[in-house]
Amino acid sequence: MRLSPTDWRNLTLSALALAFVACLPWLVGNYGLSIGVTIVMYTVLATSWALFSGPTHYISLATAAFFGVGTYVTGIGIEYLPYWTLLPLAGVIGAVLAALVGLATLRLSGVYFVIFTLGLAEFIRQVITWGQNVSGAKGIYVLTSITEAHIYWQLLGLAALVYLLGWAIGRSRLGFALRIIGDDEQVARHSGIHTARAKILLFLVPGSVAAITGAILAPRYVYIEPSLAFTPMLSFQVVIMALLGGTGRLWGPLVGVIPFTFLWEGISITVPNQTTLLLGVSFLVIVYLLPKGFVGLFGAIRRRMGSEGLV
Amino acid sequence: MDIIVTGLLLGGTYALIAMGLNLQYGMARIMNLANGEMLVAGGFAAFWFWTAAQVSPLLTVFIVAPVAFAANWLIYIVFLRPLVKRARSRGQLEVDSILTTFGLSFVSVGLMLAVFGGDYFSYSYLSFPVHILGDSYGANRVAAFVSAVIICGALWLWLDRSRAGLTIRAIAVAPDSARLVGIDVGKMAALAFALGGAVTATGGALISTFLTLDASTGVMFTLKALIIVIMGGVGDIRGTIIAALALGLLETFVATLIDPGLTLAAAYLLFVVILLVRPQGLFGRRTT
Amino acid sequence: MKRRTFAQIAALALATGFAAVPASAQDTLKVGAVAPKTGPLAGGAAVSYWPNVKLWVETVNARGGLNVDGKQMMLEVIEYDDQTNPGETIKAVQRLVEQDQADIILPPYSTGLNLASAPIYHRYGIPMITSTATTDKADELSAQFPNVFISLGGAQPIALGAVEVLTELRDRGDIGNKVAIVNVADAFGIELANVAKPAFADAGFELVYESSYPLGSQDLSPVMKAVKSADPDAFVAFSYPPDTFALTEQAQIEDLQVGAFYTAVATAFPSYAGRFGESIEGVLGIGGVNADDEAFQTYAARHEEVTGAKPDYWASAMVYSTFEVLEQSIEAVGLDNAAIIEHIKANAFDTVIGTLDFDENNNNPSFWTVGQWQDGVFKGVASTGREGAVDVVVKGPWK
Repeated sequence: MRLSPTDWRNLTLSALALAFVACLPWLVGNYGLSIGVTIVMYTVLATSWALFSGPTHYISLATAAFFGVGTYVTGIGIEYLPYWTLLPLAGVIGAVLAALVGLATLRLSGVYFVIFTLGLAEFIRQVITWGQNVSGAKGIYVLTSITEAHIYWQLLGLAALVYLLGWAIGRSRLGFALRIIGDDEQVARHSGIHTARAKILLFLVPGSVAAITGAILAPRYVYIEPSLAFTPMLSFQVVIMALLGGTGRLWGPLVGVIPFTFLWEGISITVPNQTTLLLGVSFLVIVYLLPKGFVGLFGAIRRRMGSEGLV
Repeated sequence: MDIIVTGLLLGGTYALIAMGLNLQYGMARIMNLANGEMLVAGGFAAFWFWTAAQVSPLLTVFIVAPVAFAANWLIYIVFLRPLVKRARSRGQLEVDSILTTFGLSFVSVGLMLAVFGGDYFSYSYLSFPVHILGDSYGANRVAAFVSAVIICGALWLWLDRSRAGLTIRAIAVAPDSARLVGIDVGKMAALAFALGGAVTATGGALISTFLTLDASTGVMFTLKALIIVIMGGVGDIRGTIIAALALGLLETFVATLIDPGLTLAAAYLLFVVILLVRPQGLFGRRTT
Repeated sequence: MKRRTFAQIAALALATGFAAVPASAQDTLKVGAVAPKTGPLAGGAAVSYWPNVKLWVETVNARGGLNVDGKQMMLEVIEYDDQTNPGETIKAVQRLVEQDQADIILPPYSTGLNLASAPIYHRYGIPMITSTATTDKADELSAQFPNVFISLGGAQPIALGAVEVLTELRDRGDIGNKVAIVNVADAFGIELANVAKPAFADAGFELVYESSYPLGSQDLSPVMKAVKSADPDAFVAFSYPPDTFALTEQAQIEDLQVGAFYTAVATAFPSYAGRFGESIEGVLGIGGVNADDEAFQTYAARHEEVTGAKPDYWASAMVYSTFEVLEQSIEAVGLDNAAIIEHIKANAFDTVIGTLDFDENNNNPSFWTVGQWQDGVFKGVASTGREGAVDVVVKGPWK
């Protein structure tokens, strides 16, 4: 792969930015760090989600399923395996699961896929709960010495991987194929693109990444039970943040996650008794005022500035 | 035998939960994630009327339904019509309506918390046994089932026989062509959406006689309703009824003969299998 | 370039966030409370947790505030909703410490959320007297987090309490030895059922029916039909609030006639009595209080007066009593967290549930395990060493 000077510049800038945010644990207090963890966690989830859903327009609500499986990999595995093997293991299990789902759901389109992925998360959650009941395993405790900063760095590393992967896919044949599929699946099929395989391959990314994220976060939860690990709210939040940012660009979800996290914090702080209500209201405001996400907003601003000769 | 009756009763409950969403999603094309909150609000109304004035939930529905109809009409006009107008494609509308109704569901939960508090609300109504074919069943479940039959039957007759029903089905199948033959698509969609809301709230009032609800439980019902609607096929109330009954029977069957711990797992398995065999749902039409 | 713009906006938002925190006034103490106001556990927290926060703050302020090192300080409460999400709980606790600079932080609600935030409380050295967490790992937890105290007891004694009560009824000849057990398929129900089943067998009971059902089941009538056809003498359900209501109603519909009917969480809720009225006479449930005790009766009356709702007969008083422990410790040693923790370890406290004295594992060894509805009051019938238990009675037919 040949890299142009612009690519090198972007890579260097990204590396510098990464190095800077990696210093966060020393720059802010624990509270700042926990916001950092939230932001990186949703950035990872939303970006990997958008890698698949952006080009294919398939809205997946399976994030919670993969995430929950990941937390259980750590929760169960920590007693038998060294910690460092758990993250790749979670990734592999997530990818296998995603491949199975991908194979099964190829025929579905639009809203059917949406609800299928939702049902899948609930199905896995029910099976795990039942398995716990039958095996007599109790709620799982993950008592480790892993600190918030460790979790933050691990997530940051994962984020870097996701961005690199997204960037690589964007430049690869696969990325090219996906853009055609996104524009018109018929055209893609006629021009000899194996649309099914491309979609499955791509679906492995959010599946695997969400599972690893869950595995990384399990020590933070200390106590794991299905209702917490598989909460459907997670899937919705990821979709909302990604769409808020915009899925057309690699950095789109990031600009959705950051303001959303701060908005959420701000509302929680100022009006703790009406958090839900105000969150809903601000949500509606965003949908009506930013129909294309922040990416669209930037595009519009740039165009306007461009037409006025400012840029 | 009692498995079948119990299953049918549960299926009736599910039909009440899902029918409103089918009208909203199938006919008005709004994937309403705030549907469950409307159901809980209906339950709240029934609870409130019962504890404050001993008004029977079976009568409360005649207050709940028109109020919910008006509220949902307003919601459609204020929040959703602008989205329908600006959407360029069905996909765009779907994304927008998911986001908007997700926000609306937060607003509704917040409002209900502010007005009623977060406590569970449950009350006893018609909780005596009735005997059918030698087995006893809760009278409130039977009442809900009978209401479900009446509501579904009336809806089916109305959609199948009346002119308004025909036009609503027309906008569900082909909104663009419907416009060409002079149907006011916007008005009919608002009507379908409001009607769906009214049916959901009525269902909520009825099922609150035997289910314990609180302000935050709405999302559970939304999920269940989505699954039933999709399983039955979007836009076809026969499909929703069949899917609801099938789900009720299956869950009861599994609970009685295999293991109650697997009921929900079996329900989702059925859903997944049906979608794999018939991706458009039981009665759905293949869309592009 | 875009990313940098956003970093600036984010930094700005953070900065304004910091600046917005008002300087703390001299004569008030900030009390932080984090628990669900929304999400799956909001219903339980609305009964057992939030009213007690309000009641405690009002009670302390009504008597002129908290005496800290000779100075009377009024309490001012900061409430956060964690949406039943452990990540939010953690964040809110950190926000309370670092942004709000809260002087006192109350423990969160429920087993999962308490355990998830235990490391954070530990890192800040905050005393965490949990009042709504049940765990059998008290010794391991206190080894890792010496600031954590467990007051509600473990699953083991609670399940064994149920076995003990049924054994007593059987030995008195009130019931036979056929028992049916069901449980909600969640960590809580699984844990209790797994302790109870072998214990029932050891006590010479015959398990005629056992089953679990998933959390969120909408119809429990198949379960109750199966129980009924197994013809048990006693029925035990380790259930959560919505299913406790549903199982009781189904038992009445199926006319399940047993000498002992036990349901778990929410049996002690006032809304349980509100819904079923007199028909629940003799129903057994998890928890209980010393209902005839004057301290509890005063508390219950104040609870109703201040919050407009009755307390439940299990966790409510327990939640409040842990606030009292904190209150008494602060008055004794001031706001130094390490000193408070030492004080809690070293002393016994007089509270609304009676004396509260933590053992070497920071565990409250004496708590109510089983209660019974008798004459419209849910009275404790079995405990691990609490005073005031009344005799268990055999349950008559449903009214």
